[in-house]
Amino acid sequence: MNHGIVDKLKSIDRRIIFLFVAVAVVVPLLYPLGLPLKASPPSRSLYREIESLQSGSVVLMAFDYDPATDVELGPMSLAIIRHCFRKGHNVIGMALWPQGAGLARTAFAQAAEGYDVEYGVDYVNLGFKAGSIVVIDSLGKSIHESFPKDVDGRPVEDMPLMRNVRTYADIDFVMSMSAGDPGLPFWIMIAQGRYGKKVGGGCTAVSAPMLYPYYPNQLVGLLGGMKGAAEYELLINTKGAATKGMDAQSIAHALIVFFVIVGNIFYFVSKRREKRGDVRV
Amino acid sequence: MNLELLGTWLAALLTLCIFSFLYKDNPFYKFAEHLFVGVSAGYWLCYNFWNMVKPNLWDNLVSGNWRYLLPLVLGIFMLARLVPKVGWLSRCAIAFMIGSGAGIMIITYLQTNFLEQIKNTLVSLNPAGQPWYGVLNNSLLFAGVVSGLVYFFFSKAHTGVTGGIARVGVVFLMVCFGASFGYTVMARISLLIGRMYFLLHDWIGVV
Repeated sequence: MNHGIVDKLKSIDRRIIFLFVAVAVVVPLLYPLGLPLKASPPSRSLYREIESLQSGSVVLMAFDYDPATDVELGPMSLAIIRHCFRKGHNVIGMALWPQGAGLARTAFAQAAEGYDVEYGVDYVNLGFKAGSIVVIDSLGKSIHESFPKDVDGRPVEDMPLMRNVRTYADIDFVMSMSAGDPGLPFWIMIAQGRYGKKVGGGCTAVSAPMLYPYYPNQLVGLLGGMKGAAEYELLINTKGAATKGMDAQSIAHALIVFFVIVGNIFYFVSKRREKRGDVRV
Repeated sequence: MNLELLGTWLAALLTLCIFSFLYKDNPFYKFAEHLFVGVSAGYWLCYNFWNMVKPNLWDNLVSGNWRYLLPLVLGIFMLARLVPKVGWLSRCAIAFMIGSGAGIMIITYLQTNFLEQIKNTLVSLNPAGQPWYGVLNNSLLFAGVVSGLVYFFFSKAHTGVTGGIARVGVVFLMVCFGASFGYTVMARISLLIGRMYFLLHDWIGVV
């Protein structure tokens, strides 16, 4: 291989790489390619679980994330709430992360558009409660004691949806949209491990490899990162923000794989030259 | 100009300031970085006070629930670290936190992350009614767990059969690290897509 090319590429300005990545992300956003997408078993399993619940079932959904991870977890929260509304399930939102309460408000407002649902009757947002794993455990004793008021300070006792929902025993399915700690691992430990509830949810791509070992015995289903969100949008047949981002994601990944392969080829070529003593000064 | 539009412009300009670091360090990046740190510190201070200290401690004390004096005292002990002479008091608060945390976590953690995970690994290598890839999947799971554990068994030299199995374990670990890296790349690209989508959709309006 030509010495010049190897040396040039070994010392390439990293800003050129940044530029390539930027182009790989921006161009597919401007001109969508519609690359094929297939739902993975953990996503299909979560979808099937919600699909199989009887209409009127109560789903507890924890918004355990903040704006930094909203790009991954926001679309999947929205898709799942839409699916629940479509099936006639009641959704109780809550948050173990302070900013999750506000993000839940946005997700519920967006999901409610187009569905005949009413706040307090079909869904509620209990807001944020500090205490992490202790809060999860306290829901098994009394949800009303843990959350006497909703996110806007209205008494939970007065809400028709909450009158018959007292503990985990009154909840059919538990979900956590999790960006880290506290999040899905704690829900698996307490809601699934201690109270025997079925638990599912979504997580950021970074934490997905850590959570997959819980599937399928301890975790009913799992949506991992933007890909998981796009898969769920595909399953409910509603294109959203995640689907729009998947072309850019795929192209950027292909580019990075290409860089990794090329980088390795040049690494081994230069190493072989060094071994032969064929080093340019 | 309404506030939402102003917010969008501000967010877009600050995003560009942060992105400018990719070219090289510059005053615009420094400004955005310092602004972010300052606003975050102020935001979290207020948020924690109004959402944690006030509802969980202050309101209970005001309503005459004197049990909450204990967390108040422990909280003050924690701040004692700032005064070297009485800094040792903070150890009481830390000891309470570690003790209660361990009490809550140990059994549940062991049950969920150790015993249940072992149970999840005990799978049939020839599951009834499963296609060939189900058999392969279970076999890989078994081989991966056993060889991975052998790699971390240091009481016997990694030579001969043990060394061979440990090397297989290394391959599985490499695949695991590769998967983690791939997912990390996906997460970072997702964040970039989120920002780019914001600039192109919310700010410029071309998407």
